Amino acid sequence: MKKGLKIASVLLVCAVAFSFAFAGCSKGSNTIKVGVILPISGQVSTYGIQCRDAIKLAFDEINAAGGVNGKKLEAIVEDDQASPDVTTNAFKKLTSSDKVVAIIGALTSKCSLAIADLAQAKKVVMISPTSTNEKVTLAGDYIFRVCYIDSFQGQVVAKFASETLKGKKAAVLYDVSNDYSVGLTTNFSDKFTSLGGTVVAKESYNTGDKDFNAQLTKIKAAKPDVLFIPDYYSTVSLIMKQVRGQGIKIPLLGADGWDEITNNAGEEALNSFYSNHYSPDANDPDVQKFVTSYKAAFNGTVPNALAALGYDDAYVLAAAIKAAGKTDSAAIRDALVKTNIKLVTGQITFDANRNPVKSAVILEVVKGADGKLTTKYNSTVNP
Amino acid sequence: MTTKLRNFIILAGLSVIALVAVSLLIYVGVIDEYTAQILTLAGVNVIVALSLNLITGFTGQLALGHAGFMAIGAYAAAICVMHFHLPLFASLILGAFVTAIFGFFIGFPTLKLSGDYLAIVTLGFGEIIRVIMVNLKDLTGGAAGLKGIPSFTKDLTLQPTLSFTWVIAAMILVIVVMHNLLHSSVGRAIISIREDEIAANSMGINVFYYKMLSFTLSAFIAGLGGGLYATFFGYLNPTMFNFLKSCDFVIIVVLGGMGSITGTVISGFVLTYLQEFLRIMQDYRLVIYPFILLLIMLFRPQGLMGSHEFRLTSVFGPRAKRTAGGKEGV
Repeated sequence: MKKGLKIASVLLVCAVAFSFAFAGCSKGSNTIKVGVILPISGQVSTYGIQCRDAIKLAFDEINAAGGVNGKKLEAIVEDDQASPDVTTNAFKKLTSSDKVVAIIGALTSKCSLAIADLAQAKKVVMISPTSTNEKVTLAGDYIFRVCYIDSFQGQVVAKFASETLKGKKAAVLYDVSNDYSVGLTTNFSDKFTSLGGTVVAKESYNTGDKDFNAQLTKIKAAKPDVLFIPDYYSTVSLIMKQVRGQGIKIPLLGADGWDEITNNAGEEALNSFYSNHYSPDANDPDVQKFVTSYKAAFNGTVPNALAALGYDDAYVLAAAIKAAGKTDSAAIRDALVKTNIKLVTGQITFDANRNPVKSAVILEVVKGADGKLTTKYNSTVNP
Repeated sequence: MTTKLRNFIILAGLSVIALVAVSLLIYVGVIDEYTAQILTLAGVNVIVALSLNLITGFTGQLALGHAGFMAIGAYAAAICVMHFHLPLFASLILGAFVTAIFGFFIGFPTLKLSGDYLAIVTLGFGEIIRVIMVNLKDLTGGAAGLKGIPSFTKDLTLQPTLSFTWVIAAMILVIVVMHNLLHSSVGRAIISIREDEIAANSMGINVFYYKMLSFTLSAFIAGLGGGLYATFFGYLNPTMFNFLKSCDFVIIVVLGGMGSITGTVISGFVLTYLQEFLRIMQDYRLVIYPFILLLIMLFRPQGLMGSHEFRLTSVFGPRAKRTAGGKEGV
């Protein structure tokens, strides 16, 4: 017993010493190190893993084509567990111990918010692939993103509900403890009202809730034409079952958090629409090339929107480093501001707040030829 | 008296030397910012874990909502600094006081009863606090979180050093207070409650009073830890204080040994470091970490230290008999 403890403690000391040694060593100077912070574990790990795979795919393609300025790109991926404090630790590791030239991340808005001020203060270029909260890039001129923001997305869905679906009365069921959900709700309601509709019911729940019947009863009584559920797919698939279970047959609306819903819900998901960053079945050469190479690399998995954004993020950064000609933060930032390239999720240019100006697509959940749920491109909404 | 003085000099000297030496190493860059971050975070974890050990390990009352207390301390301190522009030190203390008041009102109805009621009440309390923080949008920023909390200093190069110094100084202070408390008559009374509540009562110890004292103090220290956490990270989000966070502290206390200050300090540093160290395992990090916890619990169910203490003074010769705490594990 005592011997075992001694061995254990010796091992532990060795491990600690070993890790210090690890932190010290670094690779040669013919690579450009890029830090990637994504949730590889935790609630939204599906997103994090696909996004990471796509970033690595992009880096591999760029390296195969000769790299950037004669150097190879190397991604150092850290897990943030979708938790703000772990994100801060990962950020410090990447910037001070790995000495990366730029950061791709974080995925969720709350994690990006936790490190945006730090990145700005340290003058490290940070490009979030998927954080849609407005406040993220307001931290300063070193913070960029390649996805559109919540206000735009909320408006897109509202416009679609009002003009395409001809809805007059809308109901919203949202997660009050999730910033993403709250932001979308506000923007959707404002736009829908300004387009002449009324929001007849606004019900909320908390993250982790499993039963929504009380809220749905109220919503049913208000007789809406459409129901907007701005949340991530795992919760939405639960809600959908209960919606249809209560006999509510109206179209359901969602945003990019619904990506992957077709793999997580059953037939109750039919007759629903959501806004997304790209559509895998779009007839665009860039999209088709990406989908083909992603499928080839990862056992035929169709890339979701977060993968597409991660892929674009990697290309935007690589192009900026190439244009800058060096890995100096200020030079990369100056080059990023002038970005104007056509990628998988559209033509990307940055506005004054370093948000991309690009279009959104509306997808419809349909039943495919093989009987499984799939998405169908419905329409494109321009900013 | 001479032994006491000698011990005091040894401990105070060692603490100050260790604190200053490590701070200097961080300042000149021998210890990089990332390692400094982990050490500082470990310091915060130790403070909150110690507060939990006071009520759970020493008083024998299981509490499962310390992330809630931490949240109150964190938000209260942050709001004091940001809205009322109070100095940092005053805000930290005020945050801790607010938390202690909450602790008092939670403890008052529950601690009159004996049994596991406290575990259930604190568990619920932790969740309530989190939900309240989400809904008090104007004050706490709601689900978006509270951004831009001023740090210990505005100077970016000094930030890691000063964060470390503040947090570890606070940690040493907490260790000293707890150690002295537990070696006073009050501490003996508290420990007697853990050993046998009925026997303690029949010996004339006011069980309710001492439970309340221990619980309120525990809340105070957890609030202090929360305030430091807020200042250290500069960003607060209610999801940072969920039930899993409370569990983290329970793990630290149980692993270090219930009723051992040094055990909590050691396991606080080891576990915080371990989680970051395991980043080299990439995707398997969260498989290996619980596995290590499992192994330790299997082979050492009483925790690393059991209820023993590691006495630094004893290293310096056999004369020292009492007093411990200090800087183990740093």
